[in-house]
Amino acid sequence: MKRNYYIFSNGRIKRKDNTICLENEKGKKYIPINDIEALYIFGEVDFNSKVLNFFGQNNITVHIFNYYGFYTSSIYPREHLLSGYSLVNQVKKYLDPVERIKLARETINTASYNILKNLKYYNPRRNEKLEDIILKIEKERKKIPYTNGIQDLMGTEGRIRDLYYSGFSIITMGKFKMKKRVKRPPDNPMNTLISFGNSLMYTTVLSEIYRTQLNPTISYLHEPGERRFSLSLDISEVFKPIITDRTIFKLINEGMIDQNHFTKELNFCHLNEKGRKVFMQQYEDKLNTVIKHKELERQVSYRRLIRLECYKLIKHINDIENYEGLKMWW
Amino acid sequence: MSLSDAMHATGVEVNYYFICKRKLWYFTHGITMEHNSTRVEIGKEVHKNSFKRKNKEIMIDNQICLDFIDKELIINETKLTKAMNDATRYQILYYIYYLENKGIKQVKGIVHYPKSKKREIIELDGEERQVLDKVLKFIYAIKKSNSPPSLEKKRKCKKCSYYELCFS
Ligand code: SF4
Repeated sequence: MKRNYYIFSNGRIKRKDNTICLENEKGKKYIPINDIEALYIFGEVDFNSKVLNFFGQNNITVHIFNYYGFYTSSIYPREHLLSGYSLVNQVKKYLDPVERIKLARETINTASYNILKNLKYYNPRRNEKLEDIILKIEKERKKIPYTNGIQDLMGTEGRIRDLYYSGFSIITMGKFKMKKRVKRPPDNPMNTLISFGNSLMYTTVLSEIYRTQLNPTISYLHEPGERRFSLSLDISEVFKPIITDRTIFKLINEGMIDQNHFTKELNFCHLNEKGRKVFMQQYEDKLNTVIKHKELERQVSYRRLIRLECYKLIKHINDIENYEGLKMWW
Repeated sequence: MSLSDAMHATGVEVNYYFICKRKLWYFTHGITMEHNSTRVEIGKEVHKNSFKRKNKEIMIDNQICLDFIDKELIINETKLTKAMNDATRYQILYYIYYLENKGIKQVKGIVHYPKSKKREIIELDGEERQVLDKVLKFIYAIKKSNSPPSLEKKRKCKKCSYYELCFS
């Protein structure tokens, strides 16, 4: 089974025959190329074009994070599963406003369904404030089918998200307080965790898109070009509540992460190396969690669910089957 | 539609036609799956290691790919498993048919099974010629179509590389 490799240390990455060699003062470590799904680089690493070519040949995406743990860029090899037919249809769906909003609405409809599922799951004693948030989100959610254009839909989405985030301190029993969601740069530990989790989600989805015919730059909810690979943002919406938010709740509620895992500098806050490692471990465990898929009649990992979501989009784009987002059924 | 249009099919397409028409549609519309199954890998290996000393893989008209033709105009194919299904048989029959239409007569197909060291000879008869005439027209129609044939779950689906695409 291929897996993600995370590199935290500084050093050099080289190609050695059919392996990747990580070299630093502590020594050398070898990884067979066929074992790598994607590479995450957090440390300060040197690499040459020989190794980049090698990644390219083996269709491996490399995601790079800066000193503060913020995602900065990806090395995305040349597309290898091309379908001109499918690409034309993907663009067509974007150009047709009716078709575009249909897909965008289903994305938000699905994301908010999963958001509600989380809120209910973490509210066994029916906390009044959380109940109130749930009701308000349900009300907003009803507006989705009647939204007038992308801007309007984005407004609804924004309100749902604000309501949802206001429930985070309740879910985590006040351990991590967050007044307001602040993104660039995050100003407190909760915002930091959300930002870090969201960028991981973005990269994971991007790696999955790469293994399909979908073009990552053409999206429906987000404007193409908002980020380089904006389709990754679209699909992430569906999976953030399922994968990253649940990872965050677990980390906090089970005391795996605390103030010692953060470093504050001036007015912003970031995860230190220890913190990143704890996060990655839980995130990776989540991706590998398996559940029984009804239609497929087999066990699939959460990571595989992302691929299946890509497949559903391919079918929708090519008018084979209407897209219905993944609504957490478990 | 002229015969030459209809003849624009590859051996793989003929093969897929007999396996599943939906699979053929995906394939001819550029929707292919990442292949990482061990079966495919083994198949490739067998292919590579047989006929080491002869030329292999001859491309004709950029359309059909023959594993090997020796002096007597025999098509050699190598197959991993013993069971010869219609798909494999017609793929080879199509090569013969194709060459025949180009004026190369009396070509025979030989299928090798390296595992059991056995071989099987395939010749094209009149009935099969008619089947292929029709099949090529159907393949042409599927390639032109904007939507794949509708989905029905078959036993072979679970082993198909498109399984997750079809049933997700
Ligand atoms: S999964 Fe079944 S229906 Fe789909 S392409 Fe494969 S064989 Fe055909």
